[in-house]
Amino acid sequence: MAYEVNGKSFESDEEGYLIDIGSWNEELADLIAKDEEIDMTDEHWEVVNFLREYYNEYQIAPAVRVLVKAVKKKLGADKGSNKYLYELFPYGPAKQACKIAGLPKPTGCV
Amino acid sequence: MAKTPEFEIPPFRTELENPALVEGAMAHCQPFIAAPEHNTDLGFPGELVDNWEMKAVEKLGDLLNKNRALRVYLDSCVKCGACTDKCHYFIGTGDPKNMPVARQDLLRSVYRRYFTLAGKIAPGLVGAKDMTKDVLDDWYKYFHQCSQCRRCAVFCPYGIDTAEISMAARDIMDHIGLGTKYNNEILGKVHKIGNNLGLPENALINTMEGLEEDVEDETGITVRFPVDKKGADVLLVTPSADFFAEPHVDGLIGYAKVFHQAGINWTVSSHASEAANFAMFIGSYEQMHKVAQRIRQAALDLGVKRVIFGECGHAWRVAYSFLNTLAGPWDFLDPKYPKPQHILEVTYDLIQRGAINLDASANDDKVLTFHDSCNVARATRMGDVEGGQFIIPREVIKASVNKFVDMNPDTTHEKTFCCGGGGGLLTDDLMELRIKGALPRMEALKDVVDNHGVTHMAAICAICKSQFAKVMPYYGFPMDMIVSVHQLVSDAILLGTKE
Repeated sequence: MAYEVNGKSFESDEEGYLIDIGSWNEELADLIAKDEEIDMTDEHWEVVNFLREYYNEYQIAPAVRVLVKAVKKKLGADKGSNKYLYELFPYGPAKQACKIAGLPKPTGCV
Repeated sequence: MAKTPEFEIPPFRTELENPALVEGAMAHCQPFIAAPEHNTDLGFPGELVDNWEMKAVEKLGDLLNKNRALRVYLDSCVKCGACTDKCHYFIGTGDPKNMPVARQDLLRSVYRRYFTLAGKIAPGLVGAKDMTKDVLDDWYKYFHQCSQCRRCAVFCPYGIDTAEISMAARDIMDHIGLGTKYNNEILGKVHKIGNNLGLPENALINTMEGLEEDVEDETGITVRFPVDKKGADVLLVTPSADFFAEPHVDGLIGYAKVFHQAGINWTVSSHASEAANFAMFIGSYEQMHKVAQRIRQAALDLGVKRVIFGECGHAWRVAYSFLNTLAGPWDFLDPKYPKPQHILEVTYDLIQRGAINLDASANDDKVLTFHDSCNVARATRMGDVEGGQFIIPREVIKASVNKFVDMNPDTTHEKTFCCGGGGGLLTDDLMELRIKGALPRMEALKDVVDNHGVTHMAAICAICKSQFAKVMPYYGFPMDMIVSVHQLVSDAILLGTKE
């Protein structure tokens, strides 16, 4: 599988996760989000950007709890909940937001 | 739920009748095939090998020689039919190949063709089949529609264990280069990083520090979450989902509070930061041994006296039943304690002795039920009385919550239904199977919700927790209805009030 942005091709795995995480850009994120039936708002971008920052430091996506805390700090206490993250990313903040952020899927019993 | 699923969610049955048979209903359903590197990382061929037909038969012969039980299982079925309606995947899909006997026959027919006299002489008369591509395709599909939960074995008058047959078939497939992406990629991560998630040491430390802050913010008490602490008495081995997912992490906080309040000096290890042992799911003794050795190494390196397992179903089977043969002898551990011990045994014992105090009214907003996880229920024990694996989790829940109701006894204890995601099937590419396979558990849950006002279901397995959080919304239940048992303990435990 692959995504096409401005005539450039970005390879993905069977589920649409980007193979080369370094090739990610915002236009590509918009396209992946569209595939996931998500309209990217500022709140979505806050989450996606935080995921990428965390990944750069730790080579893994943050735990859901860590993400909730970060969102609370950035977007306010009323949005600091797992439920809110699921409103943004209905298929689960870890998996769906990671896909849009160009990060690998968290694996295991999650 | 993201996109609307392209399949029908099975409706709740009124009389728990058997589903109408639909030939090939799940013939389109199979997990992603492993990429070559996922297989070669585990020492398996990268892709389907030349002459795979004979290599598969050879491997089956090898397994028959090593595992007498497998031969007995393949020989002894009398087609009585007792197992046919006992599988959650059959109930949820109506596909006759998901009847346990039919699943067994996929391997049995090949066994008969190559390893029995009748099958060699007159294959057509005894249901013997050549090892062909069609057979292999059916193996790959339907041995990955078995969660190895062993419920069918409870009802089989001969005790035939379909899980063992499915493990053998998966082992054979790996040996000819046909593995699953989900399981083999994960096992590779355990060897490289130490856990299923691929959570590196610095991320683990960061996560645990974050939990310390959270608990201190909430309770005002400093509860430690130590990583790689040399000289700790206890090594906690817990599923990596406990560091990452909801509601798992709330259970981990519960373990930490119990250790804190009981004055137990504990640590987790970044080398063995995983209780799960997916090698059991793929039937590989060699891999199972290799994964288990990490725990031994961590225990020796840290100089601990006890090993305690967190809430993880199949890990407790591996730990309780096989740890000594896989990674023993454990003669360096303190003989006063079980080797290994389950966190629920620890908490239960502390409650019994009054060493920790719980205020169950903290959970008065909840009415609980309990989902017995298949591997704990049917392959292990807790404590020193028969059925302890059923009694102890319930007693810990009842000490933490005032209102508890059990589900239909045909769906609990040793007759428990799988969550629908066990045995190496907890992957998005099998979502249809997972949702449909959850039907019997969802029906039993609906019954206690409607008739007894149950608000939450507790579980003691990382797979069960993730599976339920994902599939319950399809059946009209909120995802946060599933909780960890130690989450309830965490809410109820009185910190800093020891006499």
